[in-house]
Amino acid sequence: MALDPHHDRDSVTGTATTGHVWDGIRELNTPLPRWWLWIFYATIVWSIGYWVVYPSWPLVSSFTQGVFGWHSREALVRDLAELKAVRGPMMDKLAAASLPEIMSDPMLLDFARAQGRTSFGDNCAPCHGPGAAGNKGYPNLADDDWLWGGKIEDIATTVRYGIRSGDPKTRISLMPAFGRDNMLTRPQIENVADYVRSLSGLSVNAKANLSDGKAIFQQQCATCHGDDGKGKRDLGAPDLTDAIWLYGSDRAVIIEGVWGGRGGTMPAWVGRLDDTTIKALSIYVHTLGGGQ
Amino acid sequence: MTQSNAARKSITTGEMGTAIAFAVLAFASIFIAAKAYTSEYAFHAYLFAAASAAAVFKIIDRYSSRPAEPPPLIIDGKPNYNMGPVKFSTVAAMFWGIAGFTVGLWAALELAFPVLNFDLAWISFGRLRPLHTSAVIFAFGGNVLIATSFYVVQRTCRARLAGDLAPWFVVLGYNFFILIAGTGYLLGITQSKEYAEPEWYADLWLTVVWIAYLLVFLGTLRRRTEPHIYVANWFYLAFILTIAVLHVGNNAAIPVSIFSPKSYIVWAGVQDAMVQWWYGHNAVGFFLTAGFLAIMYYFIPKRAERPVYSYRLSIIHFWSLIFLYIWAGPHHLHYTALPDWTQTLGMTFSIMLWMPSWGGMINGLMTLSGAWDKLRTDPVLRMMVVSVAFYGMATFEGPLMSIKAVNSLSHYTDWTIGHVHSGALGWVAYISFGAIYCLVPWLWNRERLYSLKLVSWHFWISTIGIVLYISSMWVSGILQGLMWRAYTNLGFLEYSFIETVEAMHPFYIIRALGGALFIAGALIMAWNLWKTVQSADLALSVASPALQPAE
Repeated sequence: MALDPHHDRDSVTGTATTGHVWDGIRELNTPLPRWWLWIFYATIVWSIGYWVVYPSWPLVSSFTQGVFGWHSREALVRDLAELKAVRGPMMDKLAAASLPEIMSDPMLLDFARAQGRTSFGDNCAPCHGPGAAGNKGYPNLADDDWLWGGKIEDIATTVRYGIRSGDPKTRISLMPAFGRDNMLTRPQIENVADYVRSLSGLSVNAKANLSDGKAIFQQQCATCHGDDGKGKRDLGAPDLTDAIWLYGSDRAVIIEGVWGGRGGTMPAWVGRLDDTTIKALSIYVHTLGGGQ
Repeated sequence: MTQSNAARKSITTGEMGTAIAFAVLAFASIFIAAKAYTSEYAFHAYLFAAASAAAVFKIIDRYSSRPAEPPPLIIDGKPNYNMGPVKFSTVAAMFWGIAGFTVGLWAALELAFPVLNFDLAWISFGRLRPLHTSAVIFAFGGNVLIATSFYVVQRTCRARLAGDLAPWFVVLGYNFFILIAGTGYLLGITQSKEYAEPEWYADLWLTVVWIAYLLVFLGTLRRRTEPHIYVANWFYLAFILTIAVLHVGNNAAIPVSIFSPKSYIVWAGVQDAMVQWWYGHNAVGFFLTAGFLAIMYYFIPKRAERPVYSYRLSIIHFWSLIFLYIWAGPHHLHYTALPDWTQTLGMTFSIMLWMPSWGGMINGLMTLSGAWDKLRTDPVLRMMVVSVAFYGMATFEGPLMSIKAVNSLSHYTDWTIGHVHSGALGWVAYISFGAIYCLVPWLWNRERLYSLKLVSWHFWISTIGIVLYISSMWVSGILQGLMWRAYTNLGFLEYSFIETVEAMHPFYIIRALGGALFIAGALIMAWNLWKTVQSADLALSVASPALQPAE
């Protein structure tokens, strides 16, 4: 519906309407708010200024570079250089020093631990936990119970080459699948599991055949875990006589391990992390409380 | 013999053609289902077959019971509006809205307490998240847009909706797309493009539906008896047209086989990222902004019974908005492999977008001049005005976050989630709620809503929910951003990533609480609307013929 624009005026504001009505809706012919228009112009002027200063418009085979020649790649290089300056000469010292040298220099040790803590949080914490307390299948690194050795060089080797990682120098060993591969029968496995529990003083069923379990242990398990069950670090075979269990001490869990074998993996960090970071990580882990 | 004295009834070309097309689609779907590579895809093909067969039967059934003449365009000098599809979409919007909010709450709870995915693949966060975003944006928002656009275009053009079967094809076809998309996410079918997750066959179906939508809308505009096209219709048309272009451009893909749900996008690498965010940002710009501004331009002046504040502003902000928005996508890719010049353009066009966005806010708020007192008495109007305020806030925050220096703090953090939800809950949902509160009494011939008091409860409960949601995400996002960039004095990162995740936990709980309040409000709304439709004593005694559905 069209009304005469010269005569249709809104009675509340006194503003003229455009003279049209749609389903009862009219429109005022209010001018653009000045502040709105000026801010709009200001953003346009600012944008044009920004285009002059920074890379902005595409050309045929290139783009306008901006008067300062700013480039995000160079900004990154500059930021990294700044970081390097903050870390300063300590970083070079850390890169050059051997593990024993770092351990004997308190300043360098502090610095290595600071870097190690950061690297641990982003690389190791997903499995070993943020406080290194471990999870099922992933050992606690804050205690003094070590599968592959707790000396600083042992830890560095583990970090560098991993465990069953596929790296040529990886630490490797195998807990066989005694049940699945038909090396032991189900009753034999149950007996040996009872015997293993008895080694650390855990309760066993009164009817358990410990003597048979012990015989099987001596025959099948002692090669790696030792006659006394205390484990062998050069084989990564855990001590079965203490209260620390990688997968748990329930009878069912132990039976599951003997039946199907075990073989957790840890990646090799050589090639992924630089040598200085690996050193810092090893020192951080060593100084968590259990280093030997 | 019985038809001898009536006009001879014959099937129309449209009815015949649509029925044949659906029959062919039904057989093709059964064939594809039989040879499908995966059972999930076969399930979808069977859904297509069942829906197509149902469409054929419905068309035949409708033909046999309809009068010989097509429905008149005008009855007693007044347009004979077609409100059936509008009613369907309005109900669908409420249904999908509550479903989508609930899935969002569950996803939020999974972030706070990951155990709540119960180790079930199909409700893992990765599948619930697209289910939530698609359900609220496309299912809820899309149905609101279809319902209101079909309503507004008829009323402001004083013309019956174009097409006979076409409007029903649009609403039913669109909701069928939602069904395919949603079940696909749960079954693990996705092309992994944010806000464009459905695979090629769902995309093709949506393309057909969307073109029908465009044609119905254009056909109705063409039929108009008003000399000029009302501003709301410009915004609806910009929304429909641009979404068609964005959808086709971003989803250009080559299927592995017609028997496989898997496809490969034709774009690669950084070009793919650029096309994705050209699409993603303009889905925000044209679906969630232009479309809902159209709603604002009809329902606020209508409810406030005041003229639109400025016709000139509506022209300038419309054209500047649609011209500038389309450039802003690269601000989603700051500090990535995207070339520096593209990032600059994305950022500066976002800054220039600030005032064009605010033009809509000014026109929405200032339309209230002379009617501000109604905010005290009409909670529906209050909801719509608060939605415009949230729109203003979100469209200030957006340009702010597009500035590279700010973005380096905000990007990838919960700040983005807070920003999106101040727009989604505050602006999109509130203007939709306001429009639905207006529409339901109009469509079902009720003199008023069942209870304005319940609208007030809805308003306050959900406003508290929104405030909890967005403030917790702002705090958590800024905290997260600061923790990620904190260095020790020795030059090493202060926090590991997992420590920043732990720090988010309390905010995730507050966010979930906000979401729960928002759903509570929506449930109150659904009940209020149900009672409005059910209460016979609210019925208008003399129903306006203009409001009667044609069927």
